Amino acid sequence: MRWYITKRLLMLIPVLLGASILAFSLIHLAPGDPARTIAGEHASIQTIEKIRIKYGLDQPLIVQYWIWLKQALQGDFGRSIVSNEYVSKEIWDRFPNTVELSLFSMFIAILVGVIAGIISSSRQYSFLDYSFMGIALFGVSMPVFWLGIMLMMIFGVYLRWLPISGRISIMIPFTRITGFYLIDSIITGNWVALISSIRHLILPSLALGTISMATIARVTRSSMLEVLRQDFIRTERAKGLPERLVIYKHAVRNALIPVVTVIGLDFGLLLAGAILTETVFSWPGVGRYVVNAVQMRDYPAVQGCILFFSFIFVIVNLITDIVYVYIDPRIKYK
Amino acid sequence: MEQEISIYRESVGRELFRRFKYNRSAVFGLIILLFMVFCAVAADFIAPNDPYPSPPVLANKLKPGFWSEKGVEGMPLGTDGLGRCVLSRIIYGARVSLTAGFVAVAIAMIVGITFGVFSGYFGGWVDAVIMRIVDIMFAFPALLLAIVIVTIVGQGLDKAMIAIGIVYSPQMARIIRSSVLYIKEMEYIEVQKAIGSSHGRIILRHILPNSIAPVIVYGTLMLATAILDCAALGFLGLGAQPPIPEWGAMLSNSYSFIVSGAWWAATFPGIAILLSVLGLNLLGDGLRDILDPRLKQ
Repeated sequence: MRWYITKRLLMLIPVLLGASILAFSLIHLAPGDPARTIAGEHASIQTIEKIRIKYGLDQPLIVQYWIWLKQALQGDFGRSIVSNEYVSKEIWDRFPNTVELSLFSMFIAILVGVIAGIISSSRQYSFLDYSFMGIALFGVSMPVFWLGIMLMMIFGVYLRWLPISGRISIMIPFTRITGFYLIDSIITGNWVALISSIRHLILPSLALGTISMATIARVTRSSMLEVLRQDFIRTERAKGLPERLVIYKHAVRNALIPVVTVIGLDFGLLLAGAILTETVFSWPGVGRYVVNAVQMRDYPAVQGCILFFSFIFVIVNLITDIVYVYIDPRIKYK
Repeated sequence: MEQEISIYRESVGRELFRRFKYNRSAVFGLIILLFMVFCAVAADFIAPNDPYPSPPVLANKLKPGFWSEKGVEGMPLGTDGLGRCVLSRIIYGARVSLTAGFVAVAIAMIVGITFGVFSGYFGGWVDAVIMRIVDIMFAFPALLLAIVIVTIVGQGLDKAMIAIGIVYSPQMARIIRSSVLYIKEMEYIEVQKAIGSSHGRIILRHILPNSIAPVIVYGTLMLATAILDCAALGFLGLGAQPPIPEWGAMLSNSYSFIVSGAWWAATFPGIAILLSVLGLNLLGDGLRDILDPRLKQ
């Protein structure tokens, strides 16, 4: 087991190295002189020359990459062209919001998806099964940004139940400690802020969670159906165990193994979906930051985000693989 | 002899057609897809209005459709923020979105199949290098990678198609590689080698035709996500630029109006995306069951 984890960790090195090369070459592949690109369109020749020397752009490419990589490893991606703030700080400030959004969406997706899948499989071909699977089919085909807009329209504009944009109401005083709005408002005992931030969280999480919810429901159902056909289930039914126990105690535990993989794989989709959801709901997260950075051609910010996202993504995949080995003893790790 | 072969082929085709007919979801998906293709091809004849009236008729701005008396005559789904007919733009949008999806998938297929076949057939260091590159590309969520490529090559519909095509090619390469790995161990490939066929001949005449089933199945499913991602790039303002009637861009240009009550301009383009993706998903799932029962989930 330890060897398996070490091997997986070692395999991360070429992947992250590749990601860093991609992020680094971004600025050189883009049309135009990199120094001018960083300096911005209206910079004077002196400024451009200063930047060329400061960023080492007069050095050979391989030296430049080495300098850039050394800084990036220390968490320094340079300063944003737009705000002149450190990119790492800007990402770090926004990251908690993206984490809250993704985890909350995943929570809703797993809760609803698994339950719907179990109900569907235990009443195969019933009306409930058909309606759940019909909804799930729509769910996987839905553009996440459109769903966000629809939720916004129904629950925000017409019913006026929930706020449609932002992380928290700007009228509420808020003390920032960890950056996680939910945690900070609990620590400071600021209940008004807690309620406001939860209310702001609901619509974006629903929008973002729907695709995963649908996938999880479909996978849970098919995996349950497979387990329910097996001999040990028949034995349990034959010995007179109540159906509830058969399903919840024995079948579900065995059926959830593929579901865990799907949840891990879906985290990637969730990150991509976060980019869109955050744009729709003006959510101050990393996803919206990267979109703005691309639109403004803020190269240091885009580079930082690429490295950051790929790092998170491979770590999540790694955790999924390890969890998978733990929960399924049949898998042999070489 | 000649005739026997042709009879055999026909019966395979017939059997597949029979299996297709009885697969309700595949038929339904195909109907939706054909409807979309029809809209795309016949847009000039069936669209009630000009999708780019110039100059724009601003007096018709954000008028509701057939459900309201305040609507404009001849614009059944209402108008957008520039007074353009939403229905006509959606119909023309089918042309834009389907083309974008097809081109992206075609790029993914050409690149992915080439690399996948080389990787699977030759193995060794060729395989190792290609698969490491594939691993690296898998370290990014597809949409993020597409955004990165758009940052490099610039914004626009044509560039978005290329970006999505490149992003999808590693998936295609992996699928093809695994199917080539399986086929190349078959006896008839051994026979071909024994009678001295060249690598090119073996690949083109024997390996590719036999790995066509997963290409069709995953190509269809990929087309669904390609349309979604193209619309997503359009929505983010990185894909199709106005005034092109692309569904994602239409959504992004009109969703701010929902606050003032004009819900139709943002709702209908989304339904068009949903329907096409749904149709392709149904067709893809159905084709998977028909063409390759081994792939059944």
